[in-house]
Amino acid sequence: MTVRIAIAQCAPAIGAFKRNMDLHLDRIESAKRERADLVVFPELSLTGYYVKDLAGDLACSADDPRLEPLVAASRDIDVMAGFIERSADARLHIASGYWHQGRLVHVHRKVYLPTYGIFDDGRYFGAGERFETFESAAGRAGIAICEDLWHVSVPYLYAAGGATIVFSPSASPGRGVAEGGDLGTAASCRLMDRFYAQYLTVYVVFANRVGHEDGIGFWGGSEVVAPDGTVVARAGEFEEQLLVADVDPALVARERARNPLLRDEREDLVLRTLSARLGLGSAPDRPAGRTD
Amino acid sequence: MNERAIRPDPRDPSPLRIDEALVRKMLVGFLRDETAKAGMRRVVLGVSGGVDSAVVAALAVEAFGAGSVLALFTPYRTSSRDSRTDARAVAERFGFALEDVPITAQVDAYFAEAGGDVADRVRVGNKAARERKSIEYDRSWPDGLVLGTSNKTELLLGYGTQFGDMACALNPVGDLYKTQLRELAGHLDVPRRIIEKPPTADLWVDQTDEGELGFTYADADLALYHMVDRRLRPDELVAAGFDADLVQRLRERMRRNHYKRVMPLIAKVSLRTIGHDFLYPRDWEED
Repeated sequence: MTVRIAIAQCAPAIGAFKRNMDLHLDRIESAKRERADLVVFPELSLTGYYVKDLAGDLACSADDPRLEPLVAASRDIDVMAGFIERSADARLHIASGYWHQGRLVHVHRKVYLPTYGIFDDGRYFGAGERFETFESAAGRAGIAICEDLWHVSVPYLYAAGGATIVFSPSASPGRGVAEGGDLGTAASCRLMDRFYAQYLTVYVVFANRVGHEDGIGFWGGSEVVAPDGTVVARAGEFEEQLLVADVDPALVARERARNPLLRDEREDLVLRTLSARLGLGSAPDRPAGRTD
Repeated sequence: MNERAIRPDPRDPSPLRIDEALVRKMLVGFLRDETAKAGMRRVVLGVSGGVDSAVVAALAVEAFGAGSVLALFTPYRTSSRDSRTDARAVAERFGFALEDVPITAQVDAYFAEAGGDVADRVRVGNKAARERKSIEYDRSWPDGLVLGTSNKTELLLGYGTQFGDMACALNPVGDLYKTQLRELAGHLDVPRRIIEKPPTADLWVDQTDEGELGFTYADADLALYHMVDRRLRPDELVAAGFDADLVQRLRERMRRNHYKRVMPLIAKVSLRTIGHDFLYPRDWEED
């Protein structure tokens, strides 16, 4: 049985939370008309990306009443959306929440905060510290927000944690316009999506935004890549779109039977090697069997 | 993706080549989005007859339609006749109205009152550039934005007048070297004569950019590309065969003129200071 995923490739406005919420409700309605099971929004879709000192004004706790419209909308369709989370101890995080049947069932806080080049996440936000999988409409899932996906360990940890689908809500600025090819960033992202999908045998859902913020253009190009490396669907560049793709969880099983890389993966060796390198003493020997 | 390794080679200009269609799409989108975010509906720019303003005008017409583009030709008495002919050709090619606003009377009146014939040509040139910009800003009131036409080469070298031609609300071409801008001009169908004529600020008779700078855009752009975009150090460029004197001059111009590329300095005395630790996006939008 296939699961229909909609990606809302949209252009949130910086600092305009209510307008952005209206944008979400509109796209959620469109996704419902497309009979999608899940709609995925880009990174910081409720606030805009380069918020700078607005971060504190826009932040919500996970149970903030301002998120109530999403809670209500998620009774009909699962929703993944981006917001600034204020933690109980008043840290600000770039977060993506997953709402299911009127409940916020999972929050991922961006771990890798790019603070170089055109990025300044680390100045305004605290880093997340966990990579947890959760049950999504399309199977066991992990969320890697934009830069998280650029770190090889992140999709690896999700796959090791049982994920069969990795969602990457992003705010990727387009740059690199050399002749004879794709936008530089687009080429890099597509390479990542396909590589992770095929070699971790997972679905990769890349949900990028469009629009401009202070002269920087986000390029879009959202896509869904299957565990056999095929691109199930891909959105256009630099324009708003509701991209709809059907994913087949059974394909994950078929690909893993054909290509059992994960089954044979030596997580214990990874752990022991890293433990030794970090001087943490010896890690446990290979466990007798997995408990999950 | 361009799979070819990019090596610094003074004989290989190919790293400067751009995907013109992609750049065009990005710049038209930039103009539309950023103008709408500012709550404005039209744009104003000076069209000089040169390739930079021709490209910006073409992009603006594509973004907003010719009816929303106010183009001003602002000659001084020393301006070349060819400039007017070429500015007209650009207006005709892209279908927008070009308005003549001569600036001789006010510039000459100022120097007659304040400086007389001691005024040197650099002062007159700077004054003319600022006079033009003050007219563009005046004509942008109340619902237009002023577009800039300074390219990346000029901005890096500081080859422009601060608060004159460098001033604007939006600059769609400031991240394109002159060489790249000429390539884009061809794609946009800017008249060939304008792409090929020697670039000039036309601030005095027979001025040319390359004559005044002392090197060609082709040489400067390639060295700047490797130095700025690819982050090569000057000694690495020289080792790769770039002219040591050129590299040194480019580097020094970049350093000396950096003040032109940043906002004025504000002395910090309080707990929170504009520009230092009061940092908001310019595109901060209303809820």
